[in-house]
Amino acid sequence: MFIWRSAGLFMIGQVVNYHYEEIIMQRRTLLKSTLAASAAGIAASAGLLMPGPVLALYPGAAFEAKEDATALSAAVGAGSYEFSDKIEIRAPDIAENGAVVPVSVSSSLPDVESISLLAQANATPLVASFNLHGSQAFISTRIKMGKTGNVLAVVKSGGRLYAAEREVKVTIGGCGG
Amino acid sequence: MSNSFKLRAKAQKGVVTVKALINHPMETGLRKDSKTGKAIPAHYIQQLTAKSGARSVLDAVWGGAVSTNPYLSFSYNGVSGDSLTLAWADNLGNSDTTTVSIS
Repeated sequence: MFIWRSAGLFMIGQVVNYHYEEIIMQRRTLLKSTLAASAAGIAASAGLLMPGPVLALYPGAAFEAKEDATALSAAVGAGSYEFSDKIEIRAPDIAENGAVVPVSVSSSLPDVESISLLAQANATPLVASFNLHGSQAFISTRIKMGKTGNVLAVVKSGGRLYAAEREVKVTIGGCGG
Repeated sequence: MSNSFKLRAKAQKGVVTVKALINHPMETGLRKDSKTGKAIPAHYIQQLTAKSGARSVLDAVWGGAVSTNPYLSFSYNGVSGDSLTLAWADNLGNSDTTTVSIS
């Protein structure tokens, strides 16, 4: 009888102990995260963490959008564009590796504010969007393409959107391929 | 995450051409580990900024569809001797920054 009781107590003790530790752990992680957050806040407000604009709002919805128009309106504020021959896309006709497709975009349009790149065959078409702040209308980078499709370059010039497209044939996919 | 950059900036006739390579896995979050079958968590650069001195010359938002170890080239009006600072931040809260002098 006595043995049983003590065993029972011991077990209860274990359970209580376990809970206690769990609470302590939760408190620790909570403390940690609040501390980290406030530290980040202080660093950010002091301008130590990053040069300003990096902390600007990230348009997550634009990159999750499955339609070009939705992605564009979330990224650059408008979903409709007209095609223009003043935008040049340089990309290979056939990409052997869809994970690395070199793409360059240049434009002779005036006052180019931004250049956005979309791979239309990807599940989420928006790849990247660049704000130029008066820089030359030229961007060169490498993108992933899941399968053969058009690369769409959307240029914002004078508050309006212009676009050009170019088909790239992909022989090996780049997204989960 | 320091030294994730290879950065070069060259001025020619008043135009600075920047070429940058960044070491980053750029995981989309859609890929699966071939051995375990588990999804590899997303890990990609979301924001990138370039400044010449205090002047912002480019900022970009990226999704996971920018290639692994991203390459970026752009150009702007500037002169040699100035400094160029490039910085990125990813979806896991990592960031890095580097400054070079324009040659």
